[in-house]
Amino acid sequence: MRERPGFVWAAPAAVFFAAFGIVPIAIVVYLSFTTWNGLGTPQWIGADNWSALLKDHDFPPSVRTTFFLTVGSWLVQTPLALLIGVWSAGNQRFRAVLSTIFFLPLLLSTAAIALVFVSLLDPNFGLAALWGKYLGTPDGNFLGDPTRALPTVVFVVAWQFVPFHTLLYQAATRQIPAMLYEASELDGAGRVRQFFSITLPQLRNTIIASSVMMLVGSVTVFESVLLLTNGGPGNDTKVLPLHMYQEGFIAFDMGYASVLAVLLVIVGTVLSVIVVRSTGYHRMTSDREGL
Amino acid sequence: MQVWSLQDAGLNPVVKASVDRYNKKGDTKATLATYINDAYKQKVQVAMGSPNAPDVFYNWGGGNLAQFVQAGQVEPLDDALAKKPEVRDTFLPSVLDTAKINGKQYGLPMTGTQPVIFFYNKAVFAAAGAQPPKTYDEFLGLVDTFKSKKVTPIALPGSQGWTELMYAEYFLDRIGGPEKWEAIAKSGGAAWKDPAVVKALQMCQDLAKKGAFGTNFASINYDNAGAGKLLATGKSAMFLMGTWEYPTQLTNNPAFAKKDLGWFQFPSIAGGKGEPGNLVGNPSNYFSVNAASKNKDAAIDYLTSTVASDAYIDDLIKSGAVPATKGAETKLAGKPNAEFNTDVFKMVSTAPSFAQSWDQAIAPDIAKRLLDNLQKLFLQKITPQAFVDDMAQAK
Repeated sequence: MRERPGFVWAAPAAVFFAAFGIVPIAIVVYLSFTTWNGLGTPQWIGADNWSALLKDHDFPPSVRTTFFLTVGSWLVQTPLALLIGVWSAGNQRFRAVLSTIFFLPLLLSTAAIALVFVSLLDPNFGLAALWGKYLGTPDGNFLGDPTRALPTVVFVVAWQFVPFHTLLYQAATRQIPAMLYEASELDGAGRVRQFFSITLPQLRNTIIASSVMMLVGSVTVFESVLLLTNGGPGNDTKVLPLHMYQEGFIAFDMGYASVLAVLLVIVGTVLSVIVVRSTGYHRMTSDREGL
Repeated sequence: MQVWSLQDAGLNPVVKASVDRYNKKGDTKATLATYINDAYKQKVQVAMGSPNAPDVFYNWGGGNLAQFVQAGQVEPLDDALAKKPEVRDTFLPSVLDTAKINGKQYGLPMTGTQPVIFFYNKAVFAAAGAQPPKTYDEFLGLVDTFKSKKVTPIALPGSQGWTELMYAEYFLDRIGGPEKWEAIAKSGGAAWKDPAVVKALQMCQDLAKKGAFGTNFASINYDNAGAGKLLATGKSAMFLMGTWEYPTQLTNNPAFAKKDLGWFQFPSIAGGKGEPGNLVGNPSNYFSVNAASKNKDAAIDYLTSTVASDAYIDDLIKSGAVPATKGAETKLAGKPNAEFNTDVFKMVSTAPSFAQSWDQAIAPDIAKRLLDNLQKLFLQKITPQAFVDDMAQAK
């Protein structure tokens, strides 16, 4: 076995990660034990911010909303991205053209997408006014209705991120050796059988990687919610990152906002560790041994 | 010397000109920096007390300014104003009051005055044979009239709580008088539980329940002009908004604004304690001086020599604003939008009281809670009593 590269090689990345990852997290942990409104210097108050968590009546709903947004996003995005990705991996020219168009949202910023949808979802002058009746919402009241607002946010987030995950699946599908399909054809397997017995198992690691990104990404979704609903109606779409932002930069309670930030770091980390561990992804075993 | 202001196409040239005039004669050179709306509050909050703090800074008066005053970061202007009494006399007292904290003057008005009034579509009113209402009973009658004509009586961009706040402000003023809000702004807590507050909130909820705002108001957004367009297209008959809506309508819907855009003051409520002439809204925005400024004397000199000067006020009028200064009426005549602007000036200069928007008058964390609760109130998700109980707990 060759000698492993020395620590020096990791230094640039390590310095970068320390400066923009570790140090800010350490400061936020410190701030979570202080009271500070942005004016003057932070005052140490011990664990008061942490015990305030128990009394914050916006906290439990925002955890619940974040959970539903995350699960909803995963359930909507994964099948869509998987199917479109596998479909677009084919070599026919029209598939290439359609895929190119379909990948366009990747080029747009989150803020631009959210603002476009705010206009499209205007209940009187947007598409919502025209198409609402086909979706059981004749008055176009999508973003302002307590039961419809969150699914609408899930839809907009999916519209933005499905193309990215589709790209992952498209690339991964193209990596699958053609001989597997040829062999299965000789054995008499149809398309559906091929999909479930070859494509899906071969994409296992891609599904895990995409899911981790989706889950951690959904836990931290912020701009879309801020611009689409600002947490409304009432606080029915107030996710944890938005709650953190409002506590920090609207209410100027930096200490309590830091508590929420620390929680988000923990939840995001734990979530990705769980997914990676429970799926055996960390062992990095190959699905193509012997091919 | 650093002067910080909000980025605003109308206001910036006015302030820039005042800085240039000051730089020509003063020894200290001033520079103007502007920031966009949402970022500005955060920027000032973080910069004050740091070496990069501005010397003169734009603020909203009220609770926004009080925060800085409590941190000892704002210089009182009373001594300087005592030497130049004509400066204080230039402004309408009701507007100066918003920047008065614990009896001291901490800021001077530097933008136009913007009360909240009802706008209406004259064509829709004419088709229904309706007149602008004077009393709340007439107003409720109109709501029924427009509903029967399949017109949404009032456009309400209810996806943003501050647009719903305007109703609560006016109802409380008309029912209990301005003292009720002053008590809340001063001490909060139990003052929220005043029966007049509960009644005002109940009236908000009743109006929503009556269908005055249609069914989908919670999806309507002010920032993409969704509500203004409802009024302009005649899908709605009325729209309660700050006077900044007038130039917005002129830009977005010029044909409508020139022909069919009318306005009236919030109606009076029978048996209520508030004067029918009372206003709520945005009395003005203010310039204040940083107490830690190294150029404090120059900053005070800049402030007292510019914002009350004829040149500054003329520039403000030219930009389409209504200055909060005495006798501005004659200056407004013959200028663009004279009819609207002189009307607004008349309302402001004769108003017995001009209350600042609640969300600006109180601490930002309580304002946030207030706006959340208002959205729930209009959606019938909490009762007025639960609303005031929750607000009374906030500290």
